[in-house]
Amino acid sequence: MEFLILNDSYHIFGIGILSALIFLPLAGALIMFFIPGENASKLAALFITVLTAAISLPLYSRFDLGTAKFQFAEHVTWIPALNINYTLGIDGISLLLILMTTLLMPLCVLGSWKYITKRVKEFMICLLIMETSMLGVFMALDFVLFYVLWEAMLIPMYLLIAIWGGPRKTYASIKFFLYTLAGSVMLLVAIIALYLHNNYSFFIPEMMGQPYSSCFQFWVFLAFFLAFAIKVPMFPFHTWLPAAHVEAPTAGSVVLASVLLKMGTYGFLRFCLPITPEATFVFMPYVLWLSIAGILYGGFTALAQSDMKKLVAYSSVGHMGFVTLGIFVLNKQGIEGAILQMINHGVTTGALFLCVGMIYERTHSRELAMATGIGKYMPVFVTFLAFFSLSSLAFPGTNSFVGEFLILVGAFTKSKLIAAFAIPGAVLAAAYMLRMLQKIVWGGASNPDQSHLSDLSAREILTLAPLLLFVFWIGLAPAPFMDVMHVSVSHLLDQVNSAAPGPITVVQALIP
Amino acid sequence: MNLALFAPELFLLFGSLVLFLISLGKSNAKSARNATIFIALINVVICLSTMGQNGTLFYEAYQVDLFSQFFKVVISAGFAFVVLFGCDLKGINKDIRAEYYLFMMLSTLGLVMLVSCVELLAMFIALELSSFSLYLLVPMRDDRAGLKIQMESAIKYILFGVVATGIMLFGMSYLFGLTGSTYFVEMIPKLHQMYTMPVAIVAIAMFMGGFFFKLAVFPFHFWVPDVYQGASNETTAFIASIPKIAAVAMLIRVITLVSPSSDIIVTMLMILSVGSMFYGNLIALVQKDIKRLLGFSGIAHAGFVLIGLLTLKDSGYATAIYYIIGYLVMNMACFLVICKVSREGENVTIDDLSGLHQRAPLLALTLGVGMFALAGIPPFVGFMGKFMLLAGALKQGHLILVILAALNTAIAIYYYLSVVRVSYTTDPEDRPAVPVDGVTWAVSITLMIIIIAMGVLPSKIVDMATAAVNVITVMPGN
Repeated sequence: MEFLILNDSYHIFGIGILSALIFLPLAGALIMFFIPGENASKLAALFITVLTAAISLPLYSRFDLGTAKFQFAEHVTWIPALNINYTLGIDGISLLLILMTTLLMPLCVLGSWKYITKRVKEFMICLLIMETSMLGVFMALDFVLFYVLWEAMLIPMYLLIAIWGGPRKTYASIKFFLYTLAGSVMLLVAIIALYLHNNYSFFIPEMMGQPYSSCFQFWVFLAFFLAFAIKVPMFPFHTWLPAAHVEAPTAGSVVLASVLLKMGTYGFLRFCLPITPEATFVFMPYVLWLSIAGILYGGFTALAQSDMKKLVAYSSVGHMGFVTLGIFVLNKQGIEGAILQMINHGVTTGALFLCVGMIYERTHSRELAMATGIGKYMPVFVTFLAFFSLSSLAFPGTNSFVGEFLILVGAFTKSKLIAAFAIPGAVLAAAYMLRMLQKIVWGGASNPDQSHLSDLSAREILTLAPLLLFVFWIGLAPAPFMDVMHVSVSHLLDQVNSAAPGPITVVQALIP
Repeated sequence: MNLALFAPELFLLFGSLVLFLISLGKSNAKSARNATIFIALINVVICLSTMGQNGTLFYEAYQVDLFSQFFKVVISAGFAFVVLFGCDLKGINKDIRAEYYLFMMLSTLGLVMLVSCVELLAMFIALELSSFSLYLLVPMRDDRAGLKIQMESAIKYILFGVVATGIMLFGMSYLFGLTGSTYFVEMIPKLHQMYTMPVAIVAIAMFMGGFFFKLAVFPFHFWVPDVYQGASNETTAFIASIPKIAAVAMLIRVITLVSPSSDIIVTMLMILSVGSMFYGNLIALVQKDIKRLLGFSGIAHAGFVLIGLLTLKDSGYATAIYYIIGYLVMNMACFLVICKVSREGENVTIDDLSGLHQRAPLLALTLGVGMFALAGIPPFVGFMGKFMLLAGALKQGHLILVILAALNTAIAIYYYLSVVRVSYTTDPEDRPAVPVDGVTWAVSITLMIIIIAMGVLPSKIVDMATAAVNVITVMPGN
């Protein structure tokens, strides 16, 4: 095990930094049960999330760029009877996702400051529990620990949608829960199968690169794929997403789009590629075409939306299609682009959902027609919105350009045909984003009277400004973000390429 | 004879006598309640203190070992929970409350004795002591609406119960015929040699029938929905949890008769398991009455428990024990809420839970934790139990069974979620607040802590269950 992880734990308050990050929000949630008053709970949640974000920063500064091993590792025996351990560690693939999560959470609290008016304390508790499980998912190196946190996340998210959601919250929340649970129970079966195959060990790094039989790999891959594809969500498993996004409160949408969806693509990178490499090669063409389908479907559907939140939600389907495309072209540019694009989508789409939430707080409508022409009265707001929209359509100089460019380079290296089908996705993104921007800034013929609208408050500017900073930082100087992943991605590709299979079809593969 | 070995049973018998005396007096409801709570709590302590004892009683028909004492603790704790949160006894007429407690205690006594029995007739007597007391508890419900459903359910319960007992007696007689003995110790080596004989399989299958009935395994489940609905909430809480603990204990004992291997018994258990899971979950989807819903969910959970048994391995039995204890706690959490929400002992429908989060935030949280735990969502005990059961079954190569069980988890989530949804997302309209007294508060918090603690740190219980199971699988002859 020593050769897989670095024993370089870094302690904060006497406990390992990763454990501190996981348990701080949870402890905060428990304390909040005893904090009376709405404002006090908002302030407490803000304090806890900011503190978590601050604690997460040393992860970056102390991260060793020269190794693909898991760092900041922690290991505690948990359930010895089944050889289940509490093992944490991060590598270049998870580092950025963790930082993005910790940095987004304070913004989610700020973004809900006025939006949430009922049961504020419970809302903040749900957000904090979410943070715990999301961070844990990206850090877990024990498969059971991973699964526990992966599933535990469903409860607070369900409550976020079901309690604070829009008019069709019941339908949306149950659909979300059922879909994701149905996928992940199969993941559980695959986990147990791997455990039995690996001499009763749940240690994830050890599962990678083992000589599993082809047939075993294919079935495990399918179980993984079902769980992760639903989470991403890939076309045609995406139908829960627009409903959940539209009904969720702003912070819920931000968490959902920015972090939860990434858990699916993270699953592909962390498990499918290194554990079932042969199956990955065999299923690759199908996944690539599904990604293309997602890109085009998401783009066209977004173009047809009149509800801004739905528009952003469907654009997510398209953007996540790009991410899975990047992952499954199985080359360095593609995967690095995909990881960066995961962060970019988190930043940009999170920001767009916050923007839509801000309009909704003012006009009590998410219809594009009701928000036309507000640029005249909200100049600061539309400035932010414009930049985020440009980022979403991958305008050069913004973050998404770097990610999408890398993915397309990777796709061209793989196959010109695939890349040619992906390009229209980028054009579609420009179409739907500019259409929204044009209507909001200048409006149409039937402008409602918007003169009563106030521009952004200092709190709202504070919410959006950090995201804008990242849009340009990643867009103009991506090196600090790319550097952390090079070694890990190379290592990942080595693991995958070492198992390139002979000519084998899916049908042959699935029959033992 | 060392009477200390028999201390929990003697104490419960003494408690029953006390209650009997109280029942002779007039306006005895309050003193009966206090006495029962006191006896139930002390009984838990006594059971705990006898954990380490070993020995046999009554011409070796009665075995006191870690296995039996472990189950006695769990059964006593379950009994204590029921009398603690059900102490209002809203559904029972004031005049017969002492008798009500008396029969509940006798039923507990029967179950406590049952887990120690290693001889067929002793087992039969203990089981019937418990069952007959339960048959009496059901019609004791004070039905203000005058629907008399409690009578109908009581009759159903007795009739089905008697048939199940009959089948079990048949099985016992075959076993006796085959082995010439009613003692497990003597039967085990003989049965291990003839477990492929059709008559032995029929005998064991029929013998198990009695316990399948208690555990509410499909197709022995017919009594469940009506009895759950017809009995008062407190009675249902008891019937739905505590006899099931003893049933699992006894099924493990019976299975040692056929282990280490019997393909036919495994196949039979597999069919029952899959049938229970699908039947329970699919019918539960359309239930409106929460007790009925929990009844069908209980049938599905019984199917899950069987997965642990059909591995025919110590680890599988230990997991089944862990699971059924977890089920007891989760069920208790749900029934606590039902008992409290029900104003005058009437049944609670899902709609009655509307806006519970405003009417009683603690109860809503307890219900949420209980339901998510039953659904098998981490970090609660239900998840860890399912996980270990599935891992054990997959280890034995039952892949299809595991996939079907996983599928069932996904089906079940719908109805559990709908209960949580109603209590958390709807408005109370004009439904009144639910008062939560100190005892309820303490019991709720305790149950939630147990549900989470058992889910996060299962090792302790599993180790204890494994140690307990080891005792009986290394019994002479095994």
